[in-house]
Amino acid sequence: MLKYILIPLLPLLSFIINILFGRNYIKNRAHWIAVPAILGSFVLAVSACIEVLNGKVIDINVYSWIVSGSFNVSVGILIDQLTAVMLMVVTSIGSLIFIYSVGYMHGDKGYYRFFAYLSLFIFSMLTLVMANNFLIMYLGWEAVGLCSYFLIGFWFHKKSAGDAGKKAFIVNRFGDFGFGLGVILIFLTFGSLNYMEVFGAAGGIVGQTITLLGYKVDLITLICLLLFCGAMGKSAQFPFHVWLPDAMEGPTPVSALIHAATMVTAGVFMVARCNTLFSYSQTAMNTVAIVGGFTAIFAATIALVQNDIKRVIAYSTVSQLGYMFLALGVGAYSAGVFHLYTHAFFKALLFLGSGSVIHALHHAKQDDEQNMQVMGGLKKHMPITYWVFILATLSITGIPFLSGFFSKDEILWQTFQAGDLGKFLWFLGALAALLTAFYSWRLIYLTFHGEYRGDTECESRIHESPLVITIPLMLLAVGAVAAGWVGIPPVFLEHGDKIGYFLAPVLGHPEGHGTHAQEYFVIASSIFVAIAGWVIAYIMYIKNPGLPEKLFSAFRPVHKVLFNKYYIDEFYDKTIVQPVLKASDKIILAFDVNVIEGVVNGVPSLIGVFSKGLRKIQTGLLSNYAAVMAIGVLCVVGYMFFMR
Amino acid sequence: MVPLNWYIILSAVMFSIGMFGFLSRRNLVIMFICLELMLNAVNVSLVAFSHYLQSINGQILVFFVITVAAAEAAIGLAIIIAYYKNNPTIKVDEINILKG
Amino acid sequence: MTLQQIYFGYFATMMTIISLLVVSRKNPVHSVLWMLVLFVHMAGLYLFLNAEFLAAVQIIVYAGAIMVLFLFVIMLLNLRKEEKEFRLQKQWPVSAVTAVLFLVVLVSILGKITVLPELGEYSIDMINAQGSLMTIGNVLYTKYLLPFEIASVLLLVAIVGAVVLAKKRIE
Repeated sequence: MLKYILIPLLPLLSFIINILFGRNYIKNRAHWIAVPAILGSFVLAVSACIEVLNGKVIDINVYSWIVSGSFNVSVGILIDQLTAVMLMVVTSIGSLIFIYSVGYMHGDKGYYRFFAYLSLFIFSMLTLVMANNFLIMYLGWEAVGLCSYFLIGFWFHKKSAGDAGKKAFIVNRFGDFGFGLGVILIFLTFGSLNYMEVFGAAGGIVGQTITLLGYKVDLITLICLLLFCGAMGKSAQFPFHVWLPDAMEGPTPVSALIHAATMVTAGVFMVARCNTLFSYSQTAMNTVAIVGGFTAIFAATIALVQNDIKRVIAYSTVSQLGYMFLALGVGAYSAGVFHLYTHAFFKALLFLGSGSVIHALHHAKQDDEQNMQVMGGLKKHMPITYWVFILATLSITGIPFLSGFFSKDEILWQTFQAGDLGKFLWFLGALAALLTAFYSWRLIYLTFHGEYRGDTECESRIHESPLVITIPLMLLAVGAVAAGWVGIPPVFLEHGDKIGYFLAPVLGHPEGHGTHAQEYFVIASSIFVAIAGWVIAYIMYIKNPGLPEKLFSAFRPVHKVLFNKYYIDEFYDKTIVQPVLKASDKIILAFDVNVIEGVVNGVPSLIGVFSKGLRKIQTGLLSNYAAVMAIGVLCVVGYMFFMR
Repeated sequence: MVPLNWYIILSAVMFSIGMFGFLSRRNLVIMFICLELMLNAVNVSLVAFSHYLQSINGQILVFFVITVAAAEAAIGLAIIIAYYKNNPTIKVDEINILKG
Repeated sequence: MTLQQIYFGYFATMMTIISLLVVSRKNPVHSVLWMLVLFVHMAGLYLFLNAEFLAAVQIIVYAGAIMVLFLFVIMLLNLRKEEKEFRLQKQWPVSAVTAVLFLVVLVSILGKITVLPELGEYSIDMINAQGSLMTIGNVLYTKYLLPFEIASVLLLVAIVGAVVLAKKRIE
């Protein structure tokens, strides 16, 4: 049992040691604590996964946390197939990113702090996925939000970083509020927060309604929508997507770890975990699918025109998360989790690759180190980075027999099968795949091909990143290529869908109605869009480099809307942020003059009057105090025995 | 046969005498001795209880009280010496640096 | 009046008188010496209560170690001029009243104590058969092992603390 508890506790230990002794003693040696800790939990997670593979499901209560009447919460661990997949993703990618950070953050003033927060983040994420009840999951949920705030605002001396951290935290609060309400509602309905008890009793409440503001609402739909609200916040789905691109202010390993591979997938994980609840509510499922499908295409269109290398990848993440929700929404839970798993590899690779580029440009002392418009021609300077980037891009765009192909195809196929709404959503998904292919290759061509568009003096200083950065990249590239081979669709290989069967006890296995011919059509069309996107990008950025400018001027209004991300940020600013700020300004002004001033001036004079009297007691003589104490004891003892 | 109450009253008398000494003497060292006296008064009652209840726990507790008393005497006297080095007096009514 | 009561009466009277002497002596050295006499009487009382081991500890540790420590400290301090002054503080009437009231409260409460009918397993016969030392040792090293170890840490802390406090500051 200790083995399982240690999986999250090792990173916690690393956090405690680094945060307590980092500033004065550990300093630049923080990785000697953090990296072994994460590797240790990786090894333990692997051994736990092997046990799960052999058919064992671990569900233990470690410690009774809260016992209050019928409210009973224990700190417990549940490692089933779903958790096993998440454990592998979090600890393996976490380990690689820790190692990468050793090189990337080298020489930073907050080196120990960085590793402390990363460790705390891994601890929180592991708590989230290993919990066996909703309250512990909520604990992990909030803790990852907190860590994300710390890490986005890691360079807090930069105002934009601090603002981005606050934005992420506040936007997440909106979602978490819904999630919190959902958890409360689950407790009120089922009288328990334990997964097994809740899911076991879920069938009994189908059709029950609850009166809310005079309307009758289906209880289980309400619960699911509230939970999904939390998932939308954490997984950056429209309309809560605004925080994720801004979160790119944090150091790049953070973007890779939190905003691509792990934290943002918490929402997907949560919905998959609660699949029993969602399956009972068609309304909630449709909502999930529509939000997912819409976000997939919505974010992809924004990514088309962004110039910041990390922002493009960030919007790509939002779009891919949309795919996952699309899969969950049509009931293909295992396809969603499968995409989560493959996406973690190639997206972490893309982020770390862009980190490698930024690192190189930073050391070459270029000013605008994240702007793709001043990059170009980096292929000959950074061959390793270039080639891993190519692999990741091939994977994400869905070129056959790489990871992304299998998982994305599985999602599109399952969506296609799911009725009329499914056909429409499949169309959205395929369109998004086209856009994905386009902007991914655009990123490659702008960054690595053509001529260097920045300062020539800088160019001479650009060179490949050190081994500690490139080795994790190469390992991740292996994952980006091969991770999907556990989920080969049955049309290619009988019993190829290993991960689907593995996850089936938790997530079920959807029965498809489609024919093989339809499946071949779906696969062919996704290969077609992937290559079409590639070709368009090639024509626009290699063959005919003047074309983008002409197109932009021809469709200036469209470009402007896309470039400004549909003005969503401005919209929120006008409708929510500014009114709140103005209202609070007014309230503060009135409050300040009348109440605060009065208190500020009144209290000290009052204290002065009192303290004049009280100062006489303050003799400073030990015996006086002791005598007062003795008299006090006398009074208490006397009261206890004579007055009662 | 001696009743238990006699022992307890003896212990109470010793405790009160020690308390009076602690609260009214000026000499810091004598205050410490009074403290030891109070601890010993408690010990008497503990041993008596132990005897009359036929339980060994009282004696164990006395053992720990003696340990704590030893530690307290060592630290307390060291504090007195440290104070005396800076400020050659041990009259408590002249020691009033607690007054801000 | 049985013999036991006479024995107790002697010890009780002497201990009260000696306590008063300890508290009232002007010279701290005299106080300490009277304290030693008091400890010998307490040890006698412990013997009377079948606590032979504690009687020995009382003499060895209290009289032999702690009181000698007091004497050493008094020697280190130069207390000549203090002997000429009044020995009590200004607040002594208040303390006297408090102490007397405290005694009244304690006696009126404690006078009502009666021994419960259910008694523990450590009867006089059993302790006599096993020996006081062995009885205490058995309990101390099994049931009270952790507090015992903590007590040893406490003593270690006291040693270190005393050294740190009393040593000369090295500038």
